[in-house]
Amino acid sequence: MKKLMKSVALSVTALGLAVAGAQAATLDDVKAKGFVQCGVSQGLPGFSNPDDKGNWTGLDVDLCRAIAAAVFGDAEKVKYTPLSAKERFTALQSGEVDVLSRNTTWTMSRDTSLGLNFAGVNYYDGQGFMVRSSLDVKSALELSGASICTNTGTTTELNVADYFRANNMEYEVVAFEKADEVVAAYDAGRCDVYTTDQSGLYAQRLKLTNPGEHIVLPEIISKEPLGPVVRQGDDQWFNLVKWTHFAMVNAEEFGVTSGNVDEMMKTENPGIKRLLGTEGTFGEMIGVGNDWAYNIIKQVGNYAETFDRNVGPETPLQISRGVNDLWSKGGLQYAPPVR
Amino acid sequence: MAVQQPIADGDVSAQSDPRFLLVTVFAALAILAFYLSAVYNYFEGDYGAPFASIGGIAGGVVSIDIAKIFNFIALVLLLFPIAIIFRTKAWFGFEGKQSYAGNVFNDSGLRNFFFEMLVMAFLGFVFWFFVGNTVRNLAAANISSGFGFLDRAAGFGINFSPFIQYSETSTYLTVYMVGLQNTLIVAVLGIILATLLGFIVGVARLSTNFVISQVAYAFVEVMRNIPLLLWIFIWYFSVLRLLPSKQDPLDLGPLGLLNVAGYYAPRPVFGDGAGWIGIAFIVGIIATIFVARWAKARQMATGEQFPVFWTALGLIIGLPILALLASGIPLTFEMPTASRFGPRGGARVIPEFLGLLVALVTYTAAYIAEIVRAGILAVNKGQTEAANALGLRSGPTLRLVVIPQAMRVIIPPMTNQYLNLTKNSSLAVAIAYPELVSVFAGTALNQTGQAVEILLMTMLTYLTISLLTAWFMNWFNARMALVER
Amino acid sequence: MADTKNPAGTVPSAGIAFVRGEMAGDEPPPASEVGVIGWVRKNLFSSIPNTILTLLAVYLLWLIIPPLLRFAFFDAVWDTSGLMAEYNLDKPDRRLCTTAAQGGIWPDGWVGACWPYVATYMNQFIYGRYPLEEYWRVDLVYFLFAAGLIPMCIPAVPFKRENVIFMIAIFPVLAFVLLTGGHISLEGFLLPNSIIAPSVTKFIIDYVILTAILCAIAYGIARGSESPPGPSIRGVAVAMGLLLLVLLIFAVPFGLEHVETEVWGGLLVTLVIAITGIVASLPLGILLALGRRSQMPVIRLVSVIFIEFWRGIPLITVLFMSSVMLPLFLPEGVNFDKLLRALIGVALFSAAYMAEVVRGGIQALPKGQYEGAMALGLNYWQMIRLIILPQALKLVIPGIVNSFIALFKDTTLVLIIGLFDFLGMIQSSYTDSTWASPVQSLTGYLFAAVIFWLFCFSMSRYSIFMERRLDTGHR
Repeated sequence: MKKLMKSVALSVTALGLAVAGAQAATLDDVKAKGFVQCGVSQGLPGFSNPDDKGNWTGLDVDLCRAIAAAVFGDAEKVKYTPLSAKERFTALQSGEVDVLSRNTTWTMSRDTSLGLNFAGVNYYDGQGFMVRSSLDVKSALELSGASICTNTGTTTELNVADYFRANNMEYEVVAFEKADEVVAAYDAGRCDVYTTDQSGLYAQRLKLTNPGEHIVLPEIISKEPLGPVVRQGDDQWFNLVKWTHFAMVNAEEFGVTSGNVDEMMKTENPGIKRLLGTEGTFGEMIGVGNDWAYNIIKQVGNYAETFDRNVGPETPLQISRGVNDLWSKGGLQYAPPVR
Repeated sequence: MAVQQPIADGDVSAQSDPRFLLVTVFAALAILAFYLSAVYNYFEGDYGAPFASIGGIAGGVVSIDIAKIFNFIALVLLLFPIAIIFRTKAWFGFEGKQSYAGNVFNDSGLRNFFFEMLVMAFLGFVFWFFVGNTVRNLAAANISSGFGFLDRAAGFGINFSPFIQYSETSTYLTVYMVGLQNTLIVAVLGIILATLLGFIVGVARLSTNFVISQVAYAFVEVMRNIPLLLWIFIWYFSVLRLLPSKQDPLDLGPLGLLNVAGYYAPRPVFGDGAGWIGIAFIVGIIATIFVARWAKARQMATGEQFPVFWTALGLIIGLPILALLASGIPLTFEMPTASRFGPRGGARVIPEFLGLLVALVTYTAAYIAEIVRAGILAVNKGQTEAANALGLRSGPTLRLVVIPQAMRVIIPPMTNQYLNLTKNSSLAVAIAYPELVSVFAGTALNQTGQAVEILLMTMLTYLTISLLTAWFMNWFNARMALVER
Repeated sequence: MADTKNPAGTVPSAGIAFVRGEMAGDEPPPASEVGVIGWVRKNLFSSIPNTILTLLAVYLLWLIIPPLLRFAFFDAVWDTSGLMAEYNLDKPDRRLCTTAAQGGIWPDGWVGACWPYVATYMNQFIYGRYPLEEYWRVDLVYFLFAAGLIPMCIPAVPFKRENVIFMIAIFPVLAFVLLTGGHISLEGFLLPNSIIAPSVTKFIIDYVILTAILCAIAYGIARGSESPPGPSIRGVAVAMGLLLLVLLIFAVPFGLEHVETEVWGGLLVTLVIAITGIVASLPLGILLALGRRSQMPVIRLVSVIFIEFWRGIPLITVLFMSSVMLPLFLPEGVNFDKLLRALIGVALFSAAYMAEVVRGGIQALPKGQYEGAMALGLNYWQMIRLIILPQALKLVIPGIVNSFIALFKDTTLVLIIGLFDFLGMIQSSYTDSTWASPVQSLTGYLFAAVIFWLFCFSMSRYSIFMERRLDTGHR
């Protein structure tokens, strides 16, 4: 730490040089500065989106809030940095953000060669297609000759190219820098097909003139596990972020919600006791208080709650749990036990 | 004792040279600075080689610390003796600057030289600082460097490449070429159209017709005072909404189809013997050049005019048509045909291109109009009056008298507008027209992560285009300049 | 009636009955040559081509203006509460601005601007996501800026010198402290941390040592060039003292809450970037302009390369560089704020343009000014400071204003690198599904266009005004 301070000639934390130990303990830094700096998208409804008051909401945002709840016992101690697809990894590597929670796909090259670690999957996604129902297309295999709107700089663009080549179909890709522009162009009829992660399709469908006139095709052409990302080489912080997500999933499994968590503190179920910190010192193992999971559940909720609140069937996105249901209900969300 | 000793010219070497003393002093100071950096390292528990950090300056500085600052000072101090040695070429066996004998600081040449060395040293330091950091950061992030990626397959599609063959299996180098091609297409077309529109609006601005001049004025003020990026959004997204949908395009008959996905022109397909048309075209151009020269010479000699323009039109357009007819019309047009996802075939122009082009042309034309207006106003009114007195009507007056003189005022600022248009074409990144910044500094950068190489290549490309354009316009300007006798 | 006043009328005509004694009065010109009709004939329909052009222009206006007016005014949604009561809406949202098929209240085919959406987002367009309870700080900065700028722009107002000092030196410091909250940590930079722990005290000690070294160097150079050392030492000490004062002001905890730049946005960011860009580019631009005209080949070369490099590349690549490459340039663990990175890029970029503007002013000065200054025995910097720059800068005020307009418009490009300037904030508001409708983006762009136009047009008028005023017939 001393060496680090020395290395910076004059640190101006307000606007100038912000010192952040890229290799140092992120958790210490976060505790010292009093908030979690969280990298989010520039606006994706349901995942991370600012409302007209400037408050951020969404599934990815809730994960950041859960981390803050675990560290500080206060879910509001988060600051958000909106990042474009292009700058998200640089921002994390350079220490501008502590955690990147920005619907980022976990791929092998990103995990191994960018100096990053993916700390779990908070949403299992896959790339899908949306078309106008008037085109009467039933399957993505009928899309030969179509023009396709998508985002540049994502895996999406490459997946489309692979899919159409593999099936020997012609296509035209129109790749925009920002998601809003993609939607606007698709809505204007510039493209026949809009492709992105399926969750994104549901989210962006809201912005179309007549959402009812568009259907999402059944094909899913890729695996897109989306999750939070941290810097490599800081296992303590990595564990904290990982277990924040697991705590939310475990809470759902045990039926602990933000509404009943206070009653659950009195339960005799040893699994719940360990989770909520009434038994054992699991919080200390990841460098925070033993009531870490209690704070997460109390202030943010369990995984089901955040899912339903942000993207679930009751929200405008109307996404069903599907593969994101608990493993015990046929989904993929599976958290190791707190033990 | 303090007797002032007058120093005779050419007698410097006989005296103890003050420069020698200075060299020694500065060298000693430099060593002292190195020593201080070593002491500092010692304090910080860095017992390694005391001079190791000098390597840090050249190799990979990752932080500014006191040792490096001392090292830097030492380097600067070392420069001073070098400066003196250079200035005093006599020490190398050349003829020295003998007249000087007083204080070193009063040698303005030496002072300047030292200052220059200082600036260079500073720039070198900054440069190595950045390079060193970058190398280390890239290594830490495990991002490969170098230009090897240019040979790898890109894997993504590009929807507009009129001249270069491109597919997903093409390399990143091809991506670069396609991007460059698309930039040049929109820039060249944009420059031509903006110049035409700009001249029209500029002249209209000076029209005696009240409505015309006010419309031109409103056009200029509305265009200039709204950011180009906003114009691009407005044109692209509003034009897009105005066009008919893909399924029922606007049928322009023999001109093709127009819809929201672009303009589908009939694509000419050349059969056997089509080469003669090209040959006729080239012959037409060459003949035009000769006719123009002959006509000019004749006008100079006899004063008789020759309708060069119409002859040229006939030669350049008429000859190929004759060749076309003579070779039995080996030309067919592939018309776009309807399909489920809109028209297929034909030569297609994508709407992103149209949107960008319209925005660039109208925005730049507003500036060009002002330049043209200023240029015309700069021509003395007497010129117009004299031309009118000679019996020239307003058209020929403008064309033969006013504009040629106005050109001298117009060309230099026009060069800037052309450069601006070329650079502004990079805003296409906002509306997905696949030009250099959008497809290479955007998509390719995102897919490879090699920001430094790609941005450097992009910037150097624009720099080259800018310098070439500037050079060409300077040459043109020299041609147009008033020949003063 | 004999007209004695008119000498032309005094014709020897007495006695000849059929010869008029005085000039006949002027006939009024034909009705087609005067008044509205005459003007119209002369200006609009003087010839057949002219008539065609006039009619074409009028038709063009007819195509553009009525639909625009209908969209922006007559068909637009203005009255929120009335409509809500009429259609029983519980809260104002997209239903106000959509047709029945889209789930709203209007008949199919309706297209009009959605002003309630702009009103809802107005705060964000002006302040970004700046905390609501801290708006007064931004307001105060806006006020200070206006209070400093308006008298500066009116030539008749006295105290120009004090005004300029306020705008260039005092206002930026105040604005920085107000907007960020100040209270930066100064930790020292010179002595090893093992001797003194990092603190403001250490910073001051380090700073004093640095100042002493600089004063010593100034003394040495002054002695070396056989001029009195007093002024140069005093100059160094004063400059360093002022800088220290500014830094210490930044370090004082005023009790303002720290507001990080991530939440800045809208007009605030547009103005911050444009103003910082122009203020920072002015000194750098002057240095580069002088460097380009310098006698020293290396300095000249470096200046030319710098200027031509930045002028030869598009701003968007500069911004990409600052957002993607700059973090790589810096030591590990040190990173600049995103806004600051963009500011650095913009300042360097506009400095190159500013250098060319200033060079124009310097070159416009007659050679006699230089020769006169040298004849007075002024050294280079005295000549530049006292003779050349005051005249040159005055000459290029219109040029500077024009650069500012260009920069003001160019700030919109930062939205591409993910900063929320005025246009970026408007685009960002499109992601809110509460107001999502087909007319939302049109309304937003129209609003942005009007605001930008008002700013830029008034500045360009001012530039023309100054140009006329300063044109004292030098040519």
